[in-house]
Amino acid sequence: MTTVTTDLSAAVGDAAAHLYVWSLKDIPQDLRDALADAAERETSVTGQRVLQTILRNVNVAEEEKNLVCQDTGLAVYYCSVGEHFPLHPARIYAALKEGTERATVEHPLRSNTVHTLTRENTGPNVGFRVPIVHWDFVPDWGGLDVKCVPKGSGSENMSFLKMCVPADGVTGIKKFVLESIVGAGGKPCPPGIVGVGIGGSADYAMHLAKEAIARPVGTSNPDPLVAQLEDELYELLNETGIGPMGLGGDVTVLSVHVENADTHMTLNPVAVNYQCWAARRASAHIFADGSIEYERDV
Amino acid sequence: MATHEVTFPIADPAEILKLRAGDEVIVQGHIIGIRDRTQIRIFDQGVEPPMDLTGAFLLHTAPNVRKLGPGRYEKLCIGTTTSARMVRFTEGLGESYGVRAICGKGGFPDEAIEPMQRLQMVYFAIVGGAAALETTQIEEIEEVAWEDLMPECLWKFRVKDFGPLTVGIDAHGGSLYRDVQNRAHEKLKEIYARL
Repeated sequence: MTTVTTDLSAAVGDAAAHLYVWSLKDIPQDLRDALADAAERETSVTGQRVLQTILRNVNVAEEEKNLVCQDTGLAVYYCSVGEHFPLHPARIYAALKEGTERATVEHPLRSNTVHTLTRENTGPNVGFRVPIVHWDFVPDWGGLDVKCVPKGSGSENMSFLKMCVPADGVTGIKKFVLESIVGAGGKPCPPGIVGVGIGGSADYAMHLAKEAIARPVGTSNPDPLVAQLEDELYELLNETGIGPMGLGGDVTVLSVHVENADTHMTLNPVAVNYQCWAARRASAHIFADGSIEYERDV
Repeated sequence: MATHEVTFPIADPAEILKLRAGDEVIVQGHIIGIRDRTQIRIFDQGVEPPMDLTGAFLLHTAPNVRKLGPGRYEKLCIGTTTSARMVRFTEGLGESYGVRAICGKGGFPDEAIEPMQRLQMVYFAIVGGAAALETTQIEEIEEVAWEDLMPECLWKFRVKDFGPLTVGIDAHGGSLYRDVQNRAHEKLKEIYARL
């Protein structure tokens, strides 16, 4: 779908509003395929019950034009801003916030955002530093890519960070991912996408883990060494028997995505961020002339 | 593993005792929506709930609704949240209010097993995230209390063919979550040995 508007701020706001609602209703094809594949190979009775219910739910959401999951999440956007895109990121942020608010009021969507200390609701899914936006800047380009990944609390609560030491090596990384996912049990709505961030600093490792969960199922890290770690963790996690919704079974995770950064010689950080099976994700490309192209599966 | 149909609220605890961990259950009748802040008000702030919870089925939820008028709401999307955050209220719900079933997603940790056995209660596992389907099984929002806690109010829903649910923790000391965790930890030892 392509729409054209001349006011760039309005275009970004429209894109945010559309992406937020769309992502909540229509889960991407790569997830649908991964869930169908999971149902093919699950052998436990409870696991089958869960997976068949999930597949039924995805269809009901489509038929009823309803949200897949009631948790409208914390609005999270990933922006890739071209060097020549004629709207400053400060304005892009304001537009994303306006779009999130508009979608929440107009749909209406449940508002989840609260003040962290008072726990009072701060308004229509916006607040201080909410929505959360990840930025990336692209040289020699005039476009803007916006990806909306609303994050439910069930899976976000299952986030873990460990500052392994260099002597823990890759084994330490693997053990930490394994114990995190086993410890999480059914709470993050398995089977989902396990995002792992390694290297960088403490905060950056978690940032990378979050980037990892926004990648489609079936993609691999371009570094063969890291891709190998992804495959190995996938096999190991599915040996744990946690199963769909933690009720036991063969399919514990649909995919493991690892993102890496180089790090200090005495650091070995590893972060885990979980994405539930209802891995909501939708993207738009916004051109310098204000036209918007929506894409489903990136 | 058996399949049961149970209508709530229940009068006879035998209805609960026939359920075993792993069984499939479909629920009819009325269920009560409850969440973190609702239970904090009842137990930490000592406010009596304005709904009868005797024999009740509680659902861990905070729905998406549209207000139609005073105390009247239309369902938009109703799903279920993670239960583990609210495990400490289990004993009080059974002992002081006669609650018989708690339904949520992700399970209760082992501290719920003993009070659920003693007080003849069960934990039902729903499929987390499957809210579109769940919404079609909720026929109507019949009553709402504590609207100031929106969306974490006390909700009374009339349901039809609500499920399928899985008995996660039964009233006989059985817990699928404990069993799955025990097996997974054994497996981890084996995996670590070959890393």
